[in-house]
Order: sequence, then structure tokens, then C-alpha cells
Amino acid sequence: MVAVLSAVALPQATVQRKPVRKPIPWVPIVLVTITLLYLALFLFVPLAAVFAEAFKKGAGFYWDAIREPDAWSAIQLTLIAAAIAVPLNLVFGIAAAWAIAKFDFRFKSLLITLIDLPFSVSPVISGLIYVLIFGLQGWLGPWLSEHDIKIIFAVPGIVLATIFVTFPFVARELIPLMQAQGREEEEAAAVLGASGWQTLWYVTLPNVKWGLLYGVILCNARAMGEFGAVSVVSGHIRGATNTLPLHVEILYNEYAFAAAFACASLLAFLALITLAIKSLVEAGQHKEHQK
Amino acid sequence: MSFKKLIVGFIALGITIGLPPAFAADVTLLNVSYDPTRELYQDFNKAFAKQYEAKTKDKVTIRQSHGGSGKQARSVIDGLEADVVTLALAYDIDEIAARAKLLSPDWQKKLPNNASPYTSIIVFLVRKGNPKALKDWDDLIKPGVKVITPNPKTSGGARWNYLAAWGYADKKFGGDQSKSKNFVKTLYKNVPVLDSGARGSTTTFVERNQGDVLLAWENEAILALRELGPDKFEIVAPSLSILAEPPVAIVDKVVDKKGTRKVAQAYLEFLYTDEGQEIAAKHYYRPRNEAIAKKYEKQFPKVALINIGQAFGGWAKATKTHFVDGASFDQIYEPGAK
Repeated sequence: MVAVLSAVALPQATVQRKPVRKPIPWVPIVLVTITLLYLALFLFVPLAAVFAEAFKKGAGFYWDAIREPDAWSAIQLTLIAAAIAVPLNLVFGIAAAWAIAKFDFRFKSLLITLIDLPFSVSPVISGLIYVLIFGLQGWLGPWLSEHDIKIIFAVPGIVLATIFVTFPFVARELIPLMQAQGREEEEAAAVLGASGWQTLWYVTLPNVKWGLLYGVILCNARAMGEFGAVSVVSGHIRGATNTLPLHVEILYNEYAFAAAFACASLLAFLALITLAIKSLVEAGQHKEHQK
Repeated sequence: MSFKKLIVGFIALGITIGLPPAFAADVTLLNVSYDPTRELYQDFNKAFAKQYEAKTKDKVTIRQSHGGSGKQARSVIDGLEADVVTLALAYDIDEIAARAKLLSPDWQKKLPNNASPYTSIIVFLVRKGNPKALKDWDDLIKPGVKVITPNPKTSGGARWNYLAAWGYADKKFGGDQSKSKNFVKTLYKNVPVLDSGARGSTTTFVERNQGDVLLAWENEAILALRELGPDKFEIVAPSLSILAEPPVAIVDKVVDKKGTRKVAQAYLEFLYTDEGQEIAAKHYYRPRNEAIAKKYEKQFPKVALINIGQAFGGWAKATKTHFVDGASFDQIYEPGAK
């Protein structure tokens, strides 16, 4: 009986006293290899392929493809849309984040949900919303047509669609940051007699500047790369309402593969610049924290 | 750079880039067209602008928009301000007339030849050497043959393909509707993927190497052959095909609003001139002008043709019988069928 008891008790004792396991040497190697392989297969190879295809016919051809009037107009339009959408969403993002993080009011959670809306609906729907509102058969269409105001199938529509899909980036980046920082500093500023603008400019914004910049960068990247929503409202008029992503598709469908990849590489290049700025920002942020 | 300066600089940059570029005050026309006409109108626009400037001293810029025919019609209905539409089938322009009332219902009578300055037919594009020996429509319903054609719900070219097959079956079975339907059903069982537009299907067949045969516009097939490899593909003309008449029209309300009627009219009429017909023929569209058709007859195989009016009673009827929701196409097509 005793023997049986001890036999039963024994395994339990070993479990409790089990020594710390030595790390198996090959596990990190395998994990790192898998990660690198995965990255190579799904990121580096396609990216390299884009640039390889783009320069297939030589650098001269590459420049010609980019300087071609339709391509140039697409580049301009992409920059215009981003240059309007990003500052607007910057201002909106700061205002919304400030309101949500620093003040209490009714329907606050509803506002947060609304800000997230563009993230959760498909970009195609974002585009169709504008067709439904501003299209000739839509709500405002007949009135707009009478007054000769063009919204969709023109630059304003493209800008609107871009604003819609890039709406949440800045606000989403700032809200958690501002909430984490609390209200003490703002309250102190108010007690010391600072006006609202002064508080915003000298207290709140400096505290969140890196987060803000990060949000702007993400917002900009999406604004330049947006395809779905813009495609719906663009009308695809060459040299007038084609953005760079739409122009890439057109060139591809015209069997102009090298030119398509040249423009695609330009987009990829813009993305890489964005990423570079992003890492610079992160480095700056890191430094700031160490001070 | 301080953070505030950065913001100010960014906003200043935004305003500078955001200023709209100044456009010259010349006449601008917008031609909303379907997928395979890109190359045709690139050439044609240049020729027209040159001719128009020589004649009237007015500079005209023509802007192009291309996509699936039905989708393009939808955009015009939604307010895309096309001065002229040059689409794949009359039905799409009828839709613009009916839904948006942008042009009169009798638009097709305003220009010669049913307002179709050029025609085309439906042919087969097969891989070099025709490994599966596909000669006629009967060969397409054999098991194991993969046929590439776009979706007739969204693509004009696809509707012509569908009706060409149906027309062949109709002749073969002496008008027995249920047998024809069965024939087309078997054919579409061999279709592994339906792209939304003609150009998408061509890319699927040519670039992605899917399928044994592509049903395509003759002009699209010859273009693919010339652009992407005469050593890789060949064209097969079936014993019977359909005469496709892609129509053109002025969008009355738009040209009256923009004051561009005169130049839009000249633009479409130029399609019917010798020069316009030559350009069409060079891009593998069959010209209406007989002398020019004769000059280019070598590139167009002689095929027995049915036409939409006689064989199907016109587009309105054909659409109702075959392409609206629940009509013959919906009845025969099972997605993912093998």
C-alpha cells in the first residue's frame, strides 16, 4: 500500500521540481529562417520584381514612361489629392482627438465609432456613397448639373474619396496617446491663465508631436496609394482624372508592361520614402524618450 | 527644424501643390469608350485633331476613358460628362437614353450604318499549332476544353460571344430552343473564369496562360497576336459568327451644355471618312467603306455572319431573353462548374 502511494506521489513531485528547460538551440534559428523566408517570398521578391520589370527596357524608357503627359498628370493628381486630404485630416484628427481625449460629452463613443467607419467599410462602398450623393441620378446630382458644378468624375470627387478613406489615420493615432497623457498639464495651463489656443499650441501638441507625424505619414501613404474608392468616382479620363494607381492599371491593360511597372515602381518608391521618414520619426521619438 | 515650422511648411507645401494646374482654353472633347478601342482612338484622335485644326484653326483635345462597355454606360448615366460615347453595343447607349435621357431614343438613325462606323466579328484565339484542334463551335463543347470569355452581365464583347454561340446552335438545331440552350450550357461549363471585361479576358488567356481558346473580338485577337507573340497564338475563324456593330453617338445634353456639338459631330463624322476608315482598318476593325475594306481584305477572313437584328430581333429583345436577371444566361451558368 505504501509502495503504491509513493508510486502515485512520485510523478507529482518530479513535476514540481522540474528544472528550468534549456533553450533548444535550433528553435530561434528555425523561427528566424521562417520569418525571413516569408518576408522574402511575399515582400522582397515582388518589390524587386517591380523594379526589375520597370527597368527592363532601360533607364531611358523608364524616364519616358514617367514623363509621358498622361503619367505626369496622374502623378500631379495623386499629389494634389494627397496634399488636400492630408492637411484636412490633420486638422480634423487633432480636433477630434483633443475633444475625445480631453473632454467629456454625450455620444462620445458614437463619435469614436464614426471615426472608425472608413476603416470598416470597403473602399468600393466609400466610392459608391459619393456616386449616390453627387451622381447625376443621385440626391444632389440634378442641382449640381444645373449649376454646372462637377464633383464626381472630376478632381473634387477624387479628393473627397481620398479624404474619406484616410479620415481615421491621424485621429486614431492621437486618441490613445492623448488619453494616456491625461489632462493634468492642460488643467495646469488653464489655471495659469493660458487660453485654449495657447494650451493646444504650447502644451498638447508638443506632447503628441511624434504620434501626430506618424499619423500624417500613414495618412499620406494611404492617400497616394488608394485605388478602390478613387476608381469608382474617377471616370478614368486619361490626363484628367486618373491617379497614379489607376494609371498603372490602364497601362497594364494596354500591354505596356514596362511603363506600367515604371509607374508602379514610382508608387513603391513613394512608399519607401514614407517608410524611411517613418523610421526617422521613430528614431527621433526614441531619442526624445531617452532625454 | 522645429516641429511647428514643420507643420507650417507642410501646409504651405500642400497649398502650393494643391493649386490646380492652368489648362489652356481650347476645345476639349471627352470620348467614353469600351475596352479594346484604346489603341484605335489614340491614333484616330491625333488624326482628327490635325484635320480639324487645319480646317477650322480650332485646337481640339480629345480625352479618353475606357472600361467595360456596360460599366462605362453606367458612369455616363451617373454624370460622367461624355461628349461622345463609342461603346460595344447599341443596348448600352439605349440605356443612357432611357435612364438618364441624355440623348434621344432614335440616336441610332443619326449617323450612317446604324451609327456603327466599323464592325467586327467574334473569332477564336488559340495557342500556336492549335493543340486541341479547335476549328468550330462544336469543338468548344468537348470535355476538357477550357474556354475563356468575359462575363456577359458586365461586358459587351461577352454578349456578342454568347450570342454568336447561340446563333450557331440555332442554325445547327434548326431553331430548336431547348437544344440550343443545352449547347450553350455545355459550352459555358467549359469556362473556368469569367472576367468583367474583354481586355481582362485577353490578359487571362495571353498573360496568365489560362484556357485553350479565347472568344474575342477579331480586332482584339489580332492585336493580341501582333503585340504579344505571333509565335504563340493563332486565330481560328469559326464557320459561323456574328456581325458586331459597335455604335457611336453624340450625347446631346452634354454637348449642348458645353457648346461642343459642332466639334463632336465633326469627330464622329470623321470616323466615316476615308482617313477614319483606314485608321479603323489598321487597328483591325472591319471598315464600312467598301474600297477600304477591299484594300485590307487579307487581314479579315471571310466568315458567314448572322446579325443581331435578324437572328435575335434586336438588342432590346436579345437582352430580355438572354441577359437580364433570371434570363437564359442565369439559367445555364453555374459558377464553378467543371
